[in-house]
Amino acid sequence: MTTLVYPPSDDLSLRPALLAGNDLDARKVRRDFPILGRRVNGKKLVYLDNAATSQKPNSVIRAISRYYKQENANIHRGVHYLSGLATEEHEQARQSVREFLNAADQREIIFVRGTTEAINLVAQSYGRANVGAGDEVLITAMEHHSNIVPWQMLCEEKGAHLKVAPINDRGELILDEFQKLLGPRTKMVAVAHVSNALGTINPVRRVIEMAHSMNIPVLIDGAQAVPHLSVDVQALDCDFYAFSGHKLYGPTGIGVLYGKAALLEAMPPYQGGGDMIRSVTFAKTTYNELPFKFEAGTPDIAGAIGLHAAIQYVKGLGLNRVAAHEHELLDYATKTLSAMDGVRLIGTAREKAGVLSFVLDGIHPHDIGTILDQQGIAIRTGHHCAQPVMERFGIPATARASFAAYNTKEEVDALAAGIRRVQEVFG
Amino acid sequence: MADLRELYQEVILEHSKAPRNYRPPATVNHSAEGYNPLCGDHFTVFLNVVDDRIRDIGFQGTGCAISKASASMMTQCIKGKTRAEALQLFRQFRDMVTGQVEADGEHPEMGKLEAFSGVCEFPARVKCATLAWRALESALGDQQETAPDQ
Repeated sequence: MTTLVYPPSDDLSLRPALLAGNDLDARKVRRDFPILGRRVNGKKLVYLDNAATSQKPNSVIRAISRYYKQENANIHRGVHYLSGLATEEHEQARQSVREFLNAADQREIIFVRGTTEAINLVAQSYGRANVGAGDEVLITAMEHHSNIVPWQMLCEEKGAHLKVAPINDRGELILDEFQKLLGPRTKMVAVAHVSNALGTINPVRRVIEMAHSMNIPVLIDGAQAVPHLSVDVQALDCDFYAFSGHKLYGPTGIGVLYGKAALLEAMPPYQGGGDMIRSVTFAKTTYNELPFKFEAGTPDIAGAIGLHAAIQYVKGLGLNRVAAHEHELLDYATKTLSAMDGVRLIGTAREKAGVLSFVLDGIHPHDIGTILDQQGIAIRTGHHCAQPVMERFGIPATARASFAAYNTKEEVDALAAGIRRVQEVFG
Repeated sequence: MADLRELYQEVILEHSKAPRNYRPPATVNHSAEGYNPLCGDHFTVFLNVVDDRIRDIGFQGTGCAISKASASMMTQCIKGKTRAEALQLFRQFRDMVTGQVEADGEHPEMGKLEAFSGVCEFPARVKCATLAWRALESALGDQQETAPDQ
């Protein structure tokens, strides 16, 4: 059997960054994040849990605070000044997301609570309308639970089947196996752009080409990608793209579903309520136009404004510079941890972003997490909402360090020293 | 700062590396699983209960040092006790690790289980310490006396 694994020569999003070299001054970046100055358990905070959520810069905190202090009103409602202002700010946020993803049309940007809600929206709206008994939904073995369970629920309801494309020992998608699983019954493909548990960057452009050659739409879970790679939804030609604001230095509670206008137009609403309607009588309701058809109820206005500020912030840093910096950190951390006795890295894909998962011989990740926490080092331990990934590697859990623009090599050294301390305690 | 050695006492590390009663007893008539979906810790507790008394107990599974040591030491302390005594000990243990009883107090009734008193300083780890105990509780609550395996 030939195993065709694409080192994502087709995903060049990182290349310009790598060629550009790393001139991001993380020390300067740190000053923008007030929380990084605090101490935890008497030690300087070393925050390496960015794949769970990133910290927030002053500009985001100020934008949210300013909105509540000076502009708070409900949107699309009143004729009064503040309502108009809030509406305008909310739509400016949408515009900034459109630019950020290079979507063709602002109507293609739906605000949701986060990646999870975005995927549920597609499964419940597009999926219920287009997936029937005996049909198939294809995902990969490295998906987060939020890109598994909504499809499982759909398949259960419809009598459809969830198919899972396998990954290799490095944690890379096996593309020829993926291709074999695409068939006449496949009605939807849903794939992570970057794996949250392994850090693998998937060759999503190839995945989309393969699916499109059989007229199958593709949803990309971009939760772990948008903080690290520049994403161009038109270049990717994905049908749906989902991400969360809070992993991108923005607030929790706000996320984005991008969908191609033609698909969104044809889809039934996800939730009913105010804002998503044009007219309501007890006999019949006419739905609003895009994107409002999918935004029932008062949205997270402050969240959208915070996300706008976060996107501005990232643009100011330069996503390519951030990517290059994080890549350098990941390389350094990979080398440092690989050289340590008793440390095994989980997820050694040739193309990775932001995430370093590891296990220590004879020491459970939970114990690693507690002992590092005592040294002020915040990492994630557990299955990372990716239990099938853990099963694939035959481990119950991993410890995961994940990087952001403000992390430094000194923090990687602190992590390494912390790991040695863990090994001493268990010595 | 809570002292790590308060949490990871020698006896706990020792039990986590070499857990006792780490097998199903020859005869099992009650069992239950303890599972923490947040971290994936997963244990099965096996009991042989005869005339309301726990004649034998064992466990198997995977988990962190705290959960494994707790399971191991629990099996040692529970063997020979009646249901009521076992459940009473569980309540005392739970109160100790959640800090319900006075801090730094003596826990003479706990015996060697007092090694876990440091857990109350680490709220995130209380679930680890009580996982096997909760499985024990459900195994004891399982009133169906299944026929012995052999």
